[in-house]
Amino acid sequence: MKETVSITIDGVEIEVDRRLSLLQACELAGAEVPRFCFHDRLSIAGNCRMCLVEVAKAPKPVASCAQSLMDGMVVSTRSAVARKAQRSAMEFLLINHPLDCPICDQGGECDLQDQAMGYGAGISRYGEQKRSVAEKNFGPLIKTSMTRCIHCTRCIRFLDEVAGVPALGATGRGESMEITNYIEQGIASELSGNIIDLCPVGALTSGPYAFVARPWELVTTESVDVMDATGSNVRVDSRGREVLRVLPRLHEDINEEWISDKTRFAIDGLVRRRLDRPWMRGREGLGEVSWEQALGAASQRLENRDATRVAAIAGDLVDCETLFAMKRLMAAIGSPHMDCRQDGMAADPTVRASWLLNSTIAGIEDADACLLIGALPRREAAIVNARLRKRWLAGGFSVASVGPVDDHSYPVKELGNLTDALRRIEAGESPFPGAANPLVIAGKGALARDDGEAVLGAAARIADALGAVHGDWNGFGVLNVAASRVGGLDLGFVPAAGGFDTAGILAGAGSAVDTVILLGADEIDTSNLAGAFVIYIGHHGDRGAAVADVILPAAAWTEKDATYVNLEGRPQRAQRAVFPPGEAREDWRILRALSGHLGMPLPFDDLDSLRQEMTGEVPHLGAIDTITPAAWQSFGSTRDMSDEPFLPAIGNFYRTCTISRASPTMSLATNAFPSGVQQSASCS
Amino acid sequence: MLQDQDRIFTNLYGFESPSLDAAKKRGDWDNTAGLLARGASDIINEIKASELRGRGGAGFPTGLKWSFMPAERPVGQPAFLVVNADESEPGTCKDRDIIRHDPHKLIEGCLVAGFAMRATAAYIYIRGEFVNEARVLQAAIDEALEAGLIGRNACGSGYDFDIHLHRGAGAYICGEETALLESLEGKKGMPRLKPPFPAMAGLYGCPSTISNVETVAVAPTILRRGASWFAGLGEPKNTGTKIFCISGHVNEPCNVEEEMGIPLKELIERHAGGVRGGWDNLLAVIPGGSSVPLIPRSVCDNVAMNFDRLSEVQSGLGTAAVIVMDRSTDIVRAIWRLSKFYHHESCGQCTPCREGTGWMMRVLGRMIEGRAESAEIDMLQEVTTQIEGHTICALGDAAAWPIQGLIRHFRPELERRIEDCRRNARQAA
Repeated sequence: MKETVSITIDGVEIEVDRRLSLLQACELAGAEVPRFCFHDRLSIAGNCRMCLVEVAKAPKPVASCAQSLMDGMVVSTRSAVARKAQRSAMEFLLINHPLDCPICDQGGECDLQDQAMGYGAGISRYGEQKRSVAEKNFGPLIKTSMTRCIHCTRCIRFLDEVAGVPALGATGRGESMEITNYIEQGIASELSGNIIDLCPVGALTSGPYAFVARPWELVTTESVDVMDATGSNVRVDSRGREVLRVLPRLHEDINEEWISDKTRFAIDGLVRRRLDRPWMRGREGLGEVSWEQALGAASQRLENRDATRVAAIAGDLVDCETLFAMKRLMAAIGSPHMDCRQDGMAADPTVRASWLLNSTIAGIEDADACLLIGALPRREAAIVNARLRKRWLAGGFSVASVGPVDDHSYPVKELGNLTDALRRIEAGESPFPGAANPLVIAGKGALARDDGEAVLGAAARIADALGAVHGDWNGFGVLNVAASRVGGLDLGFVPAAGGFDTAGILAGAGSAVDTVILLGADEIDTSNLAGAFVIYIGHHGDRGAAVADVILPAAAWTEKDATYVNLEGRPQRAQRAVFPPGEAREDWRILRALSGHLGMPLPFDDLDSLRQEMTGEVPHLGAIDTITPAAWQSFGSTRDMSDEPFLPAIGNFYRTCTISRASPTMSLATNAFPSGVQQSASCS
Repeated sequence: MLQDQDRIFTNLYGFESPSLDAAKKRGDWDNTAGLLARGASDIINEIKASELRGRGGAGFPTGLKWSFMPAERPVGQPAFLVVNADESEPGTCKDRDIIRHDPHKLIEGCLVAGFAMRATAAYIYIRGEFVNEARVLQAAIDEALEAGLIGRNACGSGYDFDIHLHRGAGAYICGEETALLESLEGKKGMPRLKPPFPAMAGLYGCPSTISNVETVAVAPTILRRGASWFAGLGEPKNTGTKIFCISGHVNEPCNVEEEMGIPLKELIERHAGGVRGGWDNLLAVIPGGSSVPLIPRSVCDNVAMNFDRLSEVQSGLGTAAVIVMDRSTDIVRAIWRLSKFYHHESCGQCTPCREGTGWMMRVLGRMIEGRAESAEIDMLQEVTTQIEGHTICALGDAAAWPIQGLIRHFRPELERRIEDCRRNARQAA
């Protein structure tokens, strides 16, 4: 069958892919077709009737979103018949819509408002009583104003299809139809915030952002998210010095157009518990000091020490520039003790394939089976999980898991929670025999434990045994959970020869190590650090700052131009949306100043020269938005794995980092959605 | 007038038993295997030749519809005949009498029609309120199964065919064929977008054909007596017999099987005892169930009851439910009541019907007492055209048409009420 059809739209003849809908073809032909219910990534509902067009020989106007293409079709999107149909639908949508735009949060970015300009009448002919609908409880994240609902059902379809949580439905008939969640317990989905973006009117708006700002007051900055390792593309909307909201930005290969609720809502943590000036520990605890004093104290401590007793640990939100500067500084000081893996996740620092999701996120769609090892992608990388679900929905995709039982939003064959299951698979017991392009994804729950090296080795051997690596296909992947991790490993921010890793540094603190620099490292057992002198460089007053002797206040991700590498190994740039609060400074500048104080200045005075140095050392970090594939080699240990069961890596999806822990919204979500919280032995 | 020997539903009034034995005496299940032996395409051709049109309201040629089913399917894919027994159109009660008094006509029809369209099973979706009818029908299905007439090797033909009865839950919209399929699948009864048409992807995504009870039930008789017999009744393209349901202001409301195309006046006077108070007391008739526009007395005088003749007078045969209204009728209120019905039964899926049915009902509600502007009559007319043809299913059309009929034929009445209301208000002031 021919792949394309030739159709005439508003007198323009075009040749288009026959699989498109008529509405999409009209768009390609440059014809504007209004729509509310249609969305590229959701199933077709055809219920708003806004996209009606006239098709020659059809007895009635045709809903173009639901119409398949036929060769020789002659379509008019602007004829009297089409215009009447579109204007009629608009009039009907408006008769029961409250028209309270001046007090509606959607005002200024509302599809109904915009399209009413083109297709609405100037006045209403409807003089009867208007419908009003009781508000629903969709939880603390989503504010409802259901009287404004136009019943496009996008929210229902998104949750059913993309999020895999059938939480919403329509009750009632006709005019009494209401979108509701039946039992009003909020919408427990890590992707729920996306229905705010999908809602074409102001029925579903952001709860925390309610009545905060108008869209025309905001300055938009394109950036990437750091709440997990996915690197979702976002736009950061700010006003003055405050980030007011985060919205998804389209990136087909990463987040499509979705973001997780943590990405969207944790931003109110950016203005709370901030370290906005230097602090130093005196006799009466921490006291405010000047930058000069703080840097002086830090450098004094570092100057007079045996270099081999200085160590550095990098946290989860650290950018590549900072890691590079820190690594250079450690080399200048002469200490081998540094690690970017504060959670101790196993990786072979010499084999890049051992820490990447080698298949890439978009590549998941080419897979036909998936083995999860200690990974709970729904909690650890919600966007990756959405892609796994999308692949499952397409059919012919089986998923098996060795790890804790979880609701993944797609059926998973549970193979138990013990390493024994891995041994059996390695020995040839394939959970999906015959799969051509299987994925093997190891999570933090499998790798961040004492036998992590052994599990990593087993996972790599399983990937080979299942045929997950062949030709162009590399189905082995590690599901990193921290935005800084892949960048850190790419930069080699790992123990140099004879150096301690995180566990070694913590164990040796107070004895073998007496000075520890924490680069935003908070998710470690800080009680070990009591005996050491701690220099904390970071932006939130969390666990790390609590044990620090000197605090050097740094910038959060929205406050600096920075490079992050996502879990696929894709370097991306975050951009500064606002300035750091108070006296806080960009991290690399702090390190540069510290090096000056130490009399061993780092060889860069601005960001460009730092990046030049950095990409000179690790060239692929300069290839923004490009994945440099990693060669497949053997890695990991052949030692035997322990018999301990795998534990969930993330205890509470909503509170995983200093920013989300400082966020009141994330606290509300934690209280509202206990089902979003997995029981875990580790405290994260 | 229909001769007794041409009647298909010989037990329409339930004077005899609905049981299998009694049905056999009436001629049902007579050499059904022989009918099947003629082959699927031969049966469809015979139905095509009879010019039978669907009895559910739309009047689509039945043989053509059945022929849309794919002749060959992938191995293991079932196909279904779905019988629409969700008879809910106000004024209509013909399927109900077929089911409770002559169920074997329907069951034999299912077998024949199912065989012709190469279906693997039939689902009969019966209106939830038809409790006793469902019992009778289930008993008849059980009887037929027991007697080997359906089920494995039905009638000894070598063809396996099961019939399942499913009760609805009381929504008018579930009589729309694709909403019926949704409901049958256990979902909310909301019409599907077409295409794909059910013959390609219907029940559970398999090829399906949905047919009305009466359509299916007449098929075996047509095959036995021949397409030419059936086509000889009525006029071309409007052939055969039809059960008319006469209700309203007549002396003897009734169901009656008559020849297609019988004059309306003859139908009412001969079978329903005439209009209450005489023919001159007639105000208007809704000739095909609540969904079709009414026709005023002047049209009633000469109109013939078939699809094409009624369509010529801007109405329709619909389900052939003749609702008679005499001069005592508050015609505006009567149509408003229908409007209220459609408002209540709109599924709410698509915009024009969801929002428009309420609008029309409210405007018309005010017009009962004349609390309106005369310009609103034109506005109401325009709203009906904004709904008509713009919705997913035909419920939008059905809600619009009665009002269009009212405005077409009773505009002076509407204007009089508005004027009276104004005058009264002026006087009161």
